Amino acid sequence: MGKRVGMEVSIAAAEAVKQANADVIAAYPITPQTHIVEHLSELVADGELDAEFVPVESEHSAMSVCVGASAAGARAFTCTSSQGLILMSEIVYITASLRLPVVMILANRSLSGPLSIWNDHSDAMLIRDCGWIQVFACNGQEVYDGVFHAFRVAEDQRVLLPVMIHMDGFILTHVIESIELVDQEAVDRYLPPRQSLYRLDPDEPVTMGAYALPNNYTETQMAQNEALKASYGPILEAWKEWGDLTGRHYAPVETFMAEDAEVLLLTMGALGETASVAVEEMRAKGRPVGLVKLRLWRPFPFEEVRKALSGAKIVVVLDRAVSFGGPGGPVASEIRSALYREARRPAVVDFIVGIAGRDVAITDYKRMVERAYQLAEKGPEAYELYGVRE
Amino acid sequence: MGKDLLGWREIKVGCVITEAGNAAEYRTGDWRSDRPLWDKEKCIKCGICYIYCPEAAVVEDEEGYFSADLYYCKGCGICAAECWTGAISMVEEH
Repeated sequence: MGKRVGMEVSIAAAEAVKQANADVIAAYPITPQTHIVEHLSELVADGELDAEFVPVESEHSAMSVCVGASAAGARAFTCTSSQGLILMSEIVYITASLRLPVVMILANRSLSGPLSIWNDHSDAMLIRDCGWIQVFACNGQEVYDGVFHAFRVAEDQRVLLPVMIHMDGFILTHVIESIELVDQEAVDRYLPPRQSLYRLDPDEPVTMGAYALPNNYTETQMAQNEALKASYGPILEAWKEWGDLTGRHYAPVETFMAEDAEVLLLTMGALGETASVAVEEMRAKGRPVGLVKLRLWRPFPFEEVRKALSGAKIVVVLDRAVSFGGPGGPVASEIRSALYREARRPAVVDFIVGIAGRDVAITDYKRMVERAYQLAEKGPEAYELYGVRE
Repeated sequence: MGKDLLGWREIKVGCVITEAGNAAEYRTGDWRSDRPLWDKEKCIKCGICYIYCPEAAVVEDEEGYFSADLYYCKGCGICAAECWTGAISMVEEH
């Protein structure tokens, strides 16, 4: 049905936004997100995409434009990275609270300081609790497919929440991959025009973003939290339908050679690709190692995580950010929470790895598995900045 | 608030408010610790209190004298501070 092409993943992401027929794109350039918005800017300028491209003066304004456009009923898109996200973060939270179906790609990059343009998940963890649906992409195809899924879920009348696609900077943004494009007709069937529940309309005025007093605020937070949790069903439905349409099936948690594994590696994002090669090699040598790829970060799929991990002896979490002064990396914290109530829970060994673009080679996964056996002895709070020089 | 408080399920998606002007239900008078009292002997009906009240909570009666709408008056004391003849005094609420 689709056409397979060799394409830089950023360009494929922009092409997906075009095919999703976005109405408003507001963005400020920042490495490594730049190619996505550059290409979208070209598509709009060349008349290939009938949208407003708003070249704003900051990321704070980028998300503000998306909020305004989305509130007026438009399909709005933006993307950013790292420091741009920090500047944008005030409005990122507000977008979720207003329940506006904006879609953003976060081209993951480390936070300053020291200044670094390279890839890790410290920016993702900055807005962990922002209330958006958050999905981590493992490869270019997932990014491309993810854009359609994101708009479909965000605009679902049962959901009405913004969706963020995490896309590893450089590892994905700047790499040419084999990607199967989907016919426009199929996209149009999958993604109907947006219907707004409430919108800014002079003929039917509403108030958005009102002040809440202490006697109401708690209820607003409960409503928002329940809405995010309830998005889980529609997220799965939309993946199922995408699978039926394209033959590419997605799940919140994906396992690879995980049956009877004594040690399970757990990754989010692009590391899952290299990890799967490492696991294949270890299995070929008879090592009982498997892989669990966590795709859906929010709402967190507790039940699926438990199901995937509880049979192992050791879970090796590959965290891509430091939680300074905390119990290790942020992903491991969630995994420990998920497993806490299990009677026979695996040891959770946490490696903070691949930060600010430091390579994680196939040999590193093998070393981490060996080291995990040693660290597991030290107890449940074991974590290490993998490969750090003394 | 003037109305019964909403449970979390009753809050509209995105906390949108669909009815106009419901800020009028908010009893800002609850904030008050001092209330303004007008002395008709000193009042010259100039209306400076009416003009300066930031909440439009000063009302004029048929005779042209002024008083506070205690549903909204926060007791800020601007009227008393601005009154040219010192006709307004702030009295502690009990």
